[in-house]
Amino acid sequence: MQITVSVTPDVKLVLRLYREMLELREFELKVQELYRAAKLPGFVHLYVGEEAVAAGVSAHLTREDLVFSTHRGHGHALAKGVTGREVMAELWGKATGCSGGRGGSMHMYAPEYGFMGTNGVVGGGLPLATGAGLSAQLRKSGQVTICYFGDGAVNSGSFHESVNFGAVWNLPVVYVCENNLYATETAFWRATKNVSVASRGAAYDMPAMTVDGNDVLAVYEAADEAIARARSGGGPTLLECKTYRVVGHHEGDPGTDYRTREEVESWKKKCPLTVLRERALSAAWANVDDFEKIAHEVQAWLEDAVEFSRTSPAPDPSTVMDHVFCTEDGQ
Amino acid sequence: MITTDSKKTTYVEAGVEALREEMSRDESVFYIGQGIGPRGGNFAQTRGLWKEFGDHRLRDTGICELGATGIAIGAAMAGSRAIVDEVFLDFILEAMTQVIQQAANVHYSSDGKIKVPVVIRGAMGAVRSAGSHHSHAFYAWFAQTPGLKVVVPSTPYDVKGLLKTAIRDDGPVLFIEHKALYNTKGEIPTGEYTIPFGQARIRREGTDVTLIAVGKMVQQAVDAAEILQQEGLSVEVIDPRTIVPLDRKALSASISKTGRVAVVDEAPASCGFAAEVFAIACEDCFDDLDSPPLRICSLAAPNPFSPVLEDQMIPSVERIVSEIRRAFGA
Repeated sequence: MQITVSVTPDVKLVLRLYREMLELREFELKVQELYRAAKLPGFVHLYVGEEAVAAGVSAHLTREDLVFSTHRGHGHALAKGVTGREVMAELWGKATGCSGGRGGSMHMYAPEYGFMGTNGVVGGGLPLATGAGLSAQLRKSGQVTICYFGDGAVNSGSFHESVNFGAVWNLPVVYVCENNLYATETAFWRATKNVSVASRGAAYDMPAMTVDGNDVLAVYEAADEAIARARSGGGPTLLECKTYRVVGHHEGDPGTDYRTREEVESWKKKCPLTVLRERALSAAWANVDDFEKIAHEVQAWLEDAVEFSRTSPAPDPSTVMDHVFCTEDGQ
Repeated sequence: MITTDSKKTTYVEAGVEALREEMSRDESVFYIGQGIGPRGGNFAQTRGLWKEFGDHRLRDTGICELGATGIAIGAAMAGSRAIVDEVFLDFILEAMTQVIQQAANVHYSSDGKIKVPVVIRGAMGAVRSAGSHHSHAFYAWFAQTPGLKVVVPSTPYDVKGLLKTAIRDDGPVLFIEHKALYNTKGEIPTGEYTIPFGQARIRREGTDVTLIAVGKMVQQAVDAAEILQQEGLSVEVIDPRTIVPLDRKALSASISKTGRVAVVDEAPASCGFAAEVFAIACEDCFDDLDSPPLRICSLAAPNPFSPVLEDQMIPSVERIVSEIRRAFGA
């Protein structure tokens, strides 16, 4: 089913979602700048262009709800409530990062915010999120688990084995596919005959929806339905958000060897921030000053995160063997 | 606390007892895997538990090792205590990405914030010509991965005590039984007990040669030692019981005492557990060694089907005796 937003939304909500998306966007552009200046080690996969998904979904979550993310997960972490300071410091490999500098971009964990990890393995989070859903059901905790993955994961066995049991056991999980049309460099249509991810829900007898992943209000409304179903014991949903990364797969990939410049430009015109801003202005939900104020606040927030991370200490090298095992055995 | 009362039980039933006790004492424990519900498991390794604990806590998945293992790990990350049964250890290969990439790394990468209390259970080894897809002995692979503990019990007593410890551990534990041992019997205490990890057991004391073995090879090592004793060679048999953590002190002490060490292993010699013991012997006991160490391992071939070939490949009591006699005999 295709979701369209029919009602006039609450202005506060519109501005809140815009602000969330702007934080994610500005954060990633800053990461790009710092990475290109060789300040940040490792590899980064930026979320630029896909912000509406994390913003629209996370708006419904409590701190106790759980999110399992992907290799493109900085936005998922921030939207779940992990602070900009902790995410940026982690990308910098600092002791003050959310994983103490042990994880980095693709292994970033902050369970104190219900953020259960980015993941360096495509499809790696699908069974984990399903298991977290099972645990929530066993413990009767009332938690909802969000499982993010891309179109690149849905042709893997991991997707099938996970979504199947989500359905069999009626687990409180929302499977959110960020379909950005490319698995690294391979177009989705090259890797599957059926390019509708949501249609696969029928194979598992699971409710499924397709939504414009660049329209944050549409994502918000669809996620509301899916999360409410999960929370009330109604079981899982497969939510396909059609979106696009307007940057390369990872920082350093120009992203134009396998996509035309025209295609990238056409998606830039559908930028989720621009779409919401123009809609809000034309419908007079908000005015230019509202957006200016948000831009200033986000800039200050970002500068603080960068300064905090830059000046934070690196981990103590002598701690390199800490936390290898969860339980230490007496010897 | 070990009580003096004991009873005879089988290796497989000792595991069932451990599961029943732990599932009774801790509501957060659940069990997941293929055929572990009404049937009670291919090896009867969960017999009777489904009637007691029901569908809720015994999650029968049918065949999907990747999904079941990842689900168990995710549930453990989220606050449950999971046991996932691969049934045949061979089939963990379908799930290796979850074991190595996720379970082993999460606690470290999360700076110690996320515990992963999951027991990953599977039966290793050759039994009755099961052939090349159901006979692997690759337990040492897991010992190569930081963050995983590896338990390889050889007796009913060890199965029960170590499985209870594994379930109470806050991190991932590979619990690797030997399928040929499931119907073997031994004494276990009637009362509650656990066995700490990292404590080797001296199965037979001796003074001339240290013989180290795990799993099914332990009893064969003991049998070989009895034969060699009649020839005047006193063999000390040590079962490390856990490969990670490894009781290096106990191994080194015995090797230094006897000056001679042999390892019996159902896995091939190269880059395996036997090679690791050699490294320890060289590092810790160099000045005490009187002979080059000896590896008595399975031949490095896929497991053959014909009983004649299978017997040729895997160390037998006769082969252990003859190789020790050749290397260390008077």
